[in-house]
Amino acid sequence: MKIHEYQAKRLLSQYGVKVPRNKVADNPHEAHEIAKEMGGVVAVKAQIHAGGRGKGGGVKIAQSPEEAEEAAGRILGSRLVTPQTGPSGSLVQRVLVEEGLDIRKEFYLGIIVDRSKGCPVLMASSEGGVEIEEVAARDPDLILKEAIDPTVGLCPYQTRRIGFGLGLDARSVRLASKFMEALYRAFRESDASLAEINPLVLTGDGEVVALDAKMTFDDNALFRHPEIRQCRDFAEEEPLEIQASRSGLSYIKLDGNVGCMVNGAGLAMATMDIIKLAGGNPANFLDVGGGANEQQVKNAFKILISDENVKAVLINIFGGIMRCDTVASGVVNAATETGIDMPIVVRLEGTNVEKGREILHNSGLSFTVAEGMADAAQKVVGLAS
Amino acid sequence: MSIWVDQDSRVLVQGLTGREGSFHAGQCRQYGTQIVAGVTPGKGGSQHEGTPIFNTVQQAVNATGADVSLIFVPPPFAADAIMEAVDAAVKLIVCITEGIPVLDMVAVHNFMKGRASRLIGPNCPGIITPGQCKVGIMPGHIHQPGQVGIISRSGTLTYEAVGQLSAMGIGQSTCIGIGGDPITGTSFIDCLNAFNKDPETRAMVMIGEIGGSAEEEAAEFIQREQVKKPIVGFIAGQTAPPGRRMGHAGAIISQGKGTAAEKMSKMTECSIHVIQSPADIGAKVWEVMGE
Repeated sequence: MKIHEYQAKRLLSQYGVKVPRNKVADNPHEAHEIAKEMGGVVAVKAQIHAGGRGKGGGVKIAQSPEEAEEAAGRILGSRLVTPQTGPSGSLVQRVLVEEGLDIRKEFYLGIIVDRSKGCPVLMASSEGGVEIEEVAARDPDLILKEAIDPTVGLCPYQTRRIGFGLGLDARSVRLASKFMEALYRAFRESDASLAEINPLVLTGDGEVVALDAKMTFDDNALFRHPEIRQCRDFAEEEPLEIQASRSGLSYIKLDGNVGCMVNGAGLAMATMDIIKLAGGNPANFLDVGGGANEQQVKNAFKILISDENVKAVLINIFGGIMRCDTVASGVVNAATETGIDMPIVVRLEGTNVEKGREILHNSGLSFTVAEGMADAAQKVVGLAS
Repeated sequence: MSIWVDQDSRVLVQGLTGREGSFHAGQCRQYGTQIVAGVTPGKGGSQHEGTPIFNTVQQAVNATGADVSLIFVPPPFAADAIMEAVDAAVKLIVCITEGIPVLDMVAVHNFMKGRASRLIGPNCPGIITPGQCKVGIMPGHIHQPGQVGIISRSGTLTYEAVGQLSAMGIGQSTCIGIGGDPITGTSFIDCLNAFNKDPETRAMVMIGEIGGSAEEEAAEFIQREQVKKPIVGFIAGQTAPPGRRMGHAGAIISQGKGTAAEKMSKMTECSIHVIQSPADIGAKVWEVMGE
């Protein structure tokens, strides 16, 4: 789960991570008041989940409350397009108004779980404010890494090694160490999957401050973090994806016109791939899960066809736990209820496949039955175009 | 022949009395697996459909000599269940549970260092040696005993591969679903290594997906160790957009890394027979085995 910068900063400051003074505004007048209260230069920053906000004009420096109000007026309510939002952009509903800092140097700091090491890793770089992947590709030696032993946590010698490695003086190393310890504590205690400070700023008077903050959380651990669950911003999500997650389905909307319903994430991805190989474009990823029941199949079906781009549907089920007759009756009922009039190609394999095919055949509806994945993909792509 | 499980494996089930555990343990028994014990804290001393239930894994192991554990414990308690089995020195632990927090698995990973147990999963279909022993949730009837080892990060896509092979009369030595989570107990490399040493396995199928670098590491291993047995490879998610988690917690292209294209080119470079279409798995295996 993703959260906004202002939420990440609020959470991090509870752990002792130093962030600039800031407040959220949802209208220009409020931005004016906050800027007045802070005095001096402020930054007005669009609050959307996608990165690259600066490039899209979502971050403005204001010298006065009037300028802050004007900047907020331009950003709020606009659809901000960044390299990460896609061409239609994201609607900005809030801005963060934040005190300006005297920036001496910018760094990168991040914590993720390293899959091959099986533990969290702290990464730092003297190249702050730019995409860390670019640094990694250009000059991997510029990225300092410390693997964190989960039983002892992040050790002081590790944070010192990073601090001196970044070229900080002794006082700033002490402050940076505290900062890193607090960041790791926040990461661990909130079950984050990413905590990224880019840039981390060294100010003119030697302070170490998080100028930006990005956190994402492990969806599987949200059950033990009700306070983080409350930070979820539904406006940032695709409505169909929200509806799907409520039905226990895993759905991701894509740009194509072939809707697909599959059981299992791997097979669902492979089905998208084979549609593409057949010359078509998948409209979505949809995994109904291993043990889905008739109701879930129905819900899945409704979600699929409410995407206006969908011209034909491919149902690909390898029934192991999920029996083919269950899938077939779910599909028949959903098709009857919704009065669907688009072509549906069904490929069933596995447990009770004969029964499933019989149910489809006897339904009076016109399904196209396919043999194997390649045949199914050919047929559905033909019908969609 | 086979790897890790066979007709002599003695299986205990953690969470046997739950709905999932009860159903799948029954299916495993029907397939011929020896289910010797169940563990459900608080129900020790009772019987579940003829199987003795114990309060702790240690008691179950002491009383029955179980050497494999199959875990169906809900996500908040699953990491603890794995560690309990590790502590009781169970040789092979298969965790089916989907949705275990990553940091819980970090703790498990650390806990297992220097201990003898092997963990398969979590979030996986399990392991099956056709005709001998099924420890997992895969449909047993699609399998055939034979000489192809299968390793996969996904569940139903593995069934798809098995289905294609069996339909062509190509049997399998052992099939392993290693799971779709970021941190798993058994890697592609562990399986490839074991299959390479298994005299009865003549070829392997490796089914990966986007996210992480496990497939690349496996490809490097194959090159380094000069594995001679032919390997057919497929990567799911060639059309997946970056930054979106495709169902499995581990299936995500993050920061531009872990794409299917990268994995496929690395695997091809390391002499794996990479196919583009998931429909070609059976045909490619047929071709590389020279039948």
